[in-house]
Amino acid sequence: MSGPAPADAPPAKAHRRAGWHTATVTDSRPETPTARRIAFEVPTWPGNDAGSHLDVRLTAPDGYQATRSYSIASSGEGTRVLLAVDELPDGEVSPFLVHDLREGDQVEMHGPLGAYFVWTPPPAGEPSRPVQLIAGGSGVVPLFAMARAHAEADDATEFRLLYSARTPQDVFFRAELEQLTAAAPALWLDFVYTRQVPEGWPTGPGRITREVLDAATLPAASDPLVFVCGPTPFVETVAGWLVESGHRPGSVRTERFGGS
Amino acid sequence: MSFITRGFSGRRGDRDPRLPPGQTLVADWPVLSAGPTPHVDTADWEFSIRTENGVHRWSWDELRALGVEDITTDIHCVTHWSKLEMPWRGVPLDKIWKSVQTEHEYVMAHSYGGYTTNLPLEDLLDGKSWVAFEADGEPLDPEHGGPARLLVPHLYFWKSAKWVRGLVTMPDDDPGFWEQNGYHLHGDPWLEERYW
Repeated sequence: MSGPAPADAPPAKAHRRAGWHTATVTDSRPETPTARRIAFEVPTWPGNDAGSHLDVRLTAPDGYQATRSYSIASSGEGTRVLLAVDELPDGEVSPFLVHDLREGDQVEMHGPLGAYFVWTPPPAGEPSRPVQLIAGGSGVVPLFAMARAHAEADDATEFRLLYSARTPQDVFFRAELEQLTAAAPALWLDFVYTRQVPEGWPTGPGRITREVLDAATLPAASDPLVFVCGPTPFVETVAGWLVESGHRPGSVRTERFGGS
Repeated sequence: MSFITRGFSGRRGDRDPRLPPGQTLVADWPVLSAGPTPHVDTADWEFSIRTENGVHRWSWDELRALGVEDITTDIHCVTHWSKLEMPWRGVPLDKIWKSVQTEHEYVMAHSYGGYTTNLPLEDLLDGKSWVAFEADGEPLDPEHGGPARLLVPHLYFWKSAKWVRGLVTMPDDDPGFWEQNGYHLHGDPWLEERYW
């Protein structure tokens, strides 16, 4: 795990100490045909920055353990932690979380983790850099946390999200995202649908192109901070195009996932 | 403090004694990077080592001429995946270090693109690390750190800096990029040194 460290990376800030916590499921509901939204109560949770992640550890009766990392869909202070888990068909942990985990069940969580792929509102009176979020599939989870943190902070930073999903049914947090676009300060929201488009959509389905990316994102000239999250091929392609279009590599923060 | 998760039995196929705690075997090779992938031409590539006594430099061909080794090793990523018996090719750091003299005990690895990671010198010498340019019998793809990455397989894989371009010795163990962002200064997978 490595990557360019931007010359303009913030100095290491005092961050919330990660630790082990016991998390209790308070609510679990379908999010998309393959994903589930799961809310946990974590009494010892120290809060987390928008965009950070955590490890979930499951233990079988014979002591066998499996641990996986998940982005957190919630942020801020408080002891409620929201995940949105997409099932990997041949996975070991995600199918359990999606199909078997019920209200009242407990899992171990280690976190919060990550101090780089995070967004925090600038202190009052400080200038802010515009933010461009680019999501592929379930990669929207940490970016949704950022967009919501932005709205909740009543922060005037320009925020834009480009979200590539397979079909309209595969969009995570649709109602909340639409609410954020109507909120002030607003989120600009653009969708790309790769396999099936909604009724009356102006274009057919297809993968994101360089033209669409350039047309639906903040220009390099406005020097935005860009967060890209999604499957590895999506992130590789998009991040490469962004740099070709003039974005400084140090301004493009990525989170790729492709493991199990 | 662990407790049983109701209803969880797990896959089981994964309990190989070569797997450190908390790790899972993967068949693919996930890519994890903090930013866009740099693309560096071997014609422009250079590897340098800077100490309190001066700078040593090698071109692509000069470095390979020091002597290439085949390595078969297990690798462990902090994000819980591991690969076993993975074939690599590279130049052992011991051969590169032959002409280097330093009193310093720590090293910062620097990469094209600006990434850094810190390592104790003792974790790099005596057959523990390589500058690697092939994996699975193929030249390293840029997304996996090509043309060359550091290979320090006994530590979590973020220490195996992709796109490596040089090492700078340091008197103290100052944190690199991920180490400033919540990851452990040392990163031994068998001790689960993942985070602060």
